[in-house]
Amino acid sequence: MENPWVYLGLFLIVGLLIPVAAIVMSAILAPRKPNPIKMSTYECGMETVGDNWIQFKAQYYVFALAFLIFDVETVFLFPWAMSLNVMPLFVAVEGVIFILILLAGLYYIWQKGMLDWV
Amino acid sequence: MEFLSDPIKVIYEWLMLTFTGWSWAGWVSSLVINLLAIVGFISAIMVLDILLVWVERKVVARFQDRLGPNRVGPFGIFQPFPDIIKLILKEDITPEGADRVPFNLAPILSLGSVLFLWAVVPLASRIYGVDLNVALLYLVAAGSIGTLSIIMAGWASNNKYALLGAYRMVANMISYEIPMVVALLIPTVLAGSMSLKTITEAQSTNGGVWFVLVSPLGALIFLIAAIAELGRSPFDLNEGESEIVSGYHIEYSGMKFGLFYAGELLHAFTFGGFVAALFFGGWHGPWAEQYPLLGAFYFVAKAMFGYWVIMWVKYTVPRIRIDHMLAFNWKFLTPLAFALLMVTAVVHRVLLDVPTWLYVAGMFLSNVILVWITVEVLRAQARREREAKASAQLAAAD
Amino acid sequence: MTAEQIIFFLTGALILVSALMVVTTRNLVHAALWLVSTLFGVAVLFASLDATFLAVVQVVVYIGAIAILFIFAVMLTRRNLLDKVPQTNAGWPWAALVAISAFAGLVFLVGQMPNAGAQKNVVFGDPLMALSMALVSPDAYVLAFEVASIMLLAALVGAVYIANRK
Repeated sequence: MENPWVYLGLFLIVGLLIPVAAIVMSAILAPRKPNPIKMSTYECGMETVGDNWIQFKAQYYVFALAFLIFDVETVFLFPWAMSLNVMPLFVAVEGVIFILILLAGLYYIWQKGMLDWV
Repeated sequence: MEFLSDPIKVIYEWLMLTFTGWSWAGWVSSLVINLLAIVGFISAIMVLDILLVWVERKVVARFQDRLGPNRVGPFGIFQPFPDIIKLILKEDITPEGADRVPFNLAPILSLGSVLFLWAVVPLASRIYGVDLNVALLYLVAAGSIGTLSIIMAGWASNNKYALLGAYRMVANMISYEIPMVVALLIPTVLAGSMSLKTITEAQSTNGGVWFVLVSPLGALIFLIAAIAELGRSPFDLNEGESEIVSGYHIEYSGMKFGLFYAGELLHAFTFGGFVAALFFGGWHGPWAEQYPLLGAFYFVAKAMFGYWVIMWVKYTVPRIRIDHMLAFNWKFLTPLAFALLMVTAVVHRVLLDVPTWLYVAGMFLSNVILVWITVEVLRAQARREREAKASAQLAAAD
Repeated sequence: MTAEQIIFFLTGALILVSALMVVTTRNLVHAALWLVSTLFGVAVLFASLDATFLAVVQVVVYIGAIAILFIFAVMLTRRNLLDKVPQTNAGWPWAALVAISAFAGLVFLVGQMPNAGAQKNVVFGDPLMALSMALVSPDAYVLAFEVASIMLLAALVGAVYIANRK
């Protein structure tokens, strides 16, 4: 295969089309009888009470933020991991320093209580 | 005979000859052959997915000391087909106020994000889709598309419970992605490449050892993080039927729900396949290099074994609460994974040029020492907590 | 028109249309989803230039972390996600003039650069291995590598400090 991305692009397109085909088949074959009770939103068997908006905990945002920082860190670590076989030993130590700095960050947010789910 | 030793090349050349015999241009026939291969492969995976429904139901039945489906066909093996037909024929209810485009796009992206992964998995030494040199990061990228589809599903359902379930599921999935990616870094360090084909070759050709022997703790961390990524028990608070009624699935019916369900099963099997490819040598086995079809059979068998382990954990262990889940990840699994990565990198680099048995022994020993240190730290912490509680009780008793 | 050019034009059209929809749509969550589409188009552009590592990193970091963060922030801060203010204000002809002249100036300047053709550079060897060796070798970018970790630490500490002050 000349360019791997051509195959991958085709794979992505076909991979998205197959579920679409399943849904289209269902849309053709399935009955469609809407009535207001069926279409109302589900709330354990009762009518919906209150606005359709729930108190969004700030905790979700803190976890997403911590995830972002560590995700970028692991992206940096991938090239480092690849080069270990061909570079001298101090390259491994460089990576260890990198990880230790960020583990210090993890320890900081742990102690600040940002990782507790209140 | 040549078919057995290199099936893909033989089929490709035969089709090329046929198509150019019909006087099609070179690139057109190449494109058509690629399309045929992709459609065939994805259809095979979907058939496997349907079979997995039967496997899941039989295995859960055996774990729960009952028989499972045994009416439709011998051993109930045709059971998934009535299931699929039922799901197609059910009415597709879109709740009022739901956002149409994300509502319909979410199940497609959810199943699609799992299908994308099979492009880079090497089934045998000469059967693979694409030898992508960043295959492990591609795995993480496909996972992030899955995360996005869950938020879309929860949001577009216009339902409090769906939104709550989606938030929790996404918080869970993104938290457990960190130890999973760090556990993925360990085969990268050991093999020196991110490409799955190179990693499986490093375990099989010229005296390589399976990475599970070199880094068993890495395999364990990857397995735990993968089970959490899948949203399966014991980490399935987000779709607990008794608590928030199926989470972000609530408003989906018919084939869209079927796509979510099939996507989840296929995702579990795919992760079984990744555990097999990364740690258990992929397609490696006796005579796998000469007969790639035998290698593919070994790979599917190992992936089934990984899937069986995931199911075993699901049907044995009770559900964990969400704050325990997240505390387990951020306070235990992430530091442990990073410590393992540091130790693996340094020990691997130091032991790079020694004979194989010494290398395996050294790496295994470093893993054992790390586990021992972890257990000691946990034990000291538990002792401290017990003493603090005992002294608090004594102080309260006075 | 080679296949590369066709892919480039299609991807460019996808990116431009998605970016336009990000700023003009009234529903904030829809804007976040159009942003995801834009970022995915940029990843496709990276892939077409043979920068495979950057393409995958774009999806992992931008779509998998930053877009999710945006969506969480949008859902956290807004009770009503529909934007009701008018889309344009009275000064829009002047803004359009400035934007078009800036665009024309950029096109002119980029066209004057020595290698401003539409072909990509031929890549020799294995760029991923070269990147990984350059990132950690002492006479290349290792200092930047370590400083990046300190920058990430600073971002983490800063965010936690701001979140704690409330």
